[in-house]
Amino acid sequence: MPRWTPAYDMADAPSALAGTAHPARAPRTRWQMLAPRLRRHRGALVGLGIVTALAAVAAFQNLLAPHSPTRIDVTAALEGPSRAHPMGTDQYGRDVYSRVVHGSGISLSVGAISVGIAATVGTAVGLVAGYAGGLVDGVLMRVIDVMLAFPGILLALGIVSVLGPSLRNLMIAVGIAAIPFYARLVRGSVLVAKQQLYVDAARVIGVPVRVILARHILPNVVAPIIVAATLGMGTAILSAAALSFIGLGSQPPTPEWGRMLSEGRDYLRDAWWISTFPGLAIMLTVLGVNMLGDGLRDVLDPRLRV
Amino acid sequence: MVRYIAARLLATLPVVFGVTLAVFSMLYLVPGDPVKMMLSEFITSPDQVARMRAQLHLDEPFARQYGRFIWSAAHGDLGRSIRDRRPVAAEILELLPDTVQLAVAALAFAAALGISLGVVAAVRQNSWWDLSSMAVALAGVSVPSFWLGLILIFVFSLRLGWLPATGGGGVSHLVMPALALGLGASAIIARLTRSSMLDVLRMEYITTARAKGLAAPAVVLRHGLLNALIPTITIFGLQFGNLLAGTVIIETVFGRPGIGRLLVNAILNKDFPLVQGVVLFVAVGYVLVNLAVDVVYAAVDPRIRYG
Repeated sequence: MPRWTPAYDMADAPSALAGTAHPARAPRTRWQMLAPRLRRHRGALVGLGIVTALAAVAAFQNLLAPHSPTRIDVTAALEGPSRAHPMGTDQYGRDVYSRVVHGSGISLSVGAISVGIAATVGTAVGLVAGYAGGLVDGVLMRVIDVMLAFPGILLALGIVSVLGPSLRNLMIAVGIAAIPFYARLVRGSVLVAKQQLYVDAARVIGVPVRVILARHILPNVVAPIIVAATLGMGTAILSAAALSFIGLGSQPPTPEWGRMLSEGRDYLRDAWWISTFPGLAIMLTVLGVNMLGDGLRDVLDPRLRV
Repeated sequence: MVRYIAARLLATLPVVFGVTLAVFSMLYLVPGDPVKMMLSEFITSPDQVARMRAQLHLDEPFARQYGRFIWSAAHGDLGRSIRDRRPVAAEILELLPDTVQLAVAALAFAAALGISLGVVAAVRQNSWWDLSSMAVALAGVSVPSFWLGLILIFVFSLRLGWLPATGGGGVSHLVMPALALGLGASAIIARLTRSSMLDVLRMEYITTARAKGLAAPAVVLRHGLLNALIPTITIFGLQFGNLLAGTVIIETVFGRPGIGRLLVNAILNKDFPLVQGVVLFVAVGYVLVNLAVDVVYAAVDPRIRYG
């Protein structure tokens, strides 16, 4: 199994210290090989910086936001950016800056949770379909084909219309809609991996299928999944914000960026700041995630380079 | 070629069948009673609910309902909107030209910008041109289309007064929506064109063309671009689908008539027959567009031989 977790590095540390097996202290784990390349990748570093900063904003939102994101103060409505309200106030007098700060956690978790759903289910489907082949593969892939027949945001839209508009349903819908992407990616990698001699060997000595999948097949597809999940998070955040924008995601008064944009729409002429700052925040988040994803792809999986 | 088209058509059938089943099942997947959900805002007496259920044939067995759904759909009957009682198919066909116009305009813009950026980036690989083209592409995939739409409205309608902010109609109503919708797709096309162009420019026939003294533009455009565009064509179908779905957002931003806005309003109004009709129509249309793209792809590239 490739060593992804720091735990493995720790486990290997004694032998490295002993210096017998690896006198030149050559990088041995995959991570040790990749880390320097990632460190040299300027785009990846910038992306990682942006994402880390946003995560920090989300974590310390109560410290960073001077006002409550939902407190209404009609006497302060539609004020332009000032020292008291760096991003102005909206039509209810809520502090736009505080709302943008609180929105970071929502967007990042919507992205992470929907990608989590998509990657987990998609990987499971791809593993089973690719390894089992035959009828199981045929049926699963036809289902995936049908899902892919709904272009772009349409599948998520259909699912939300069935489940009803809410932040939770939005994450489920965006997650389900991205399943085919991972299922196909993983299935393709599994088809290649299962031809390997060591998989045959494991099968011959009677290793259970479950263990073969987990220990011999899955590690081969980890790299493409990590890349796809990172880039997929950008798409997920954009889709979720778009659905909230048209009223099918988070409901008021949640400080969700897409929703804030649509709420500021009617005040665009006189209060441009209500829509502008949440939009910049979405763009910055997606940009950071995409830069990180592009960097990871260059480093981890050059085959995926476009 | 005929056999290839026939085979592709045959492979499309189960997908279309699956799409109809998925769209039909939507009503069954709604938590609770779909009829009560659709009527929720109105005063509902038990016999109103019963009448509605009979109207939608919800009192029949699933298979029978599904059969009826497919049979009607195949005959162009997608049911009636429960709000304004108009046939769903008529509503779609009425608004379809507006939406197709927007999606085509956005695709044309995306192709023009994306291919230009991609070619410039590939020809001047690793230069300042390359770097800035790819930076534009990166920004393009990261900008939310609805935000870009609002910014365009703010600048070109509210401040400069050059273009109308909302509504449908002539070319002036099409410019900003097409830009807002197409930028994301242009970024994807730019990246693909760049990488495909880089592959082609390394080919020996390019060296030959250069060696025999052809002018650089002729080499790049005729020998390079024409071949590099082949992989780009395949994503046109995919991008057209994305753009078609994206009209849902953009038509809402610009208050433009179209089936995207029709769908959003139908969802917000819980008008399920209308939602099902639009979703089914767009999905089947998308499948057919992709079929057409595959056929064009096979026709354009003589290297591709299908069974």
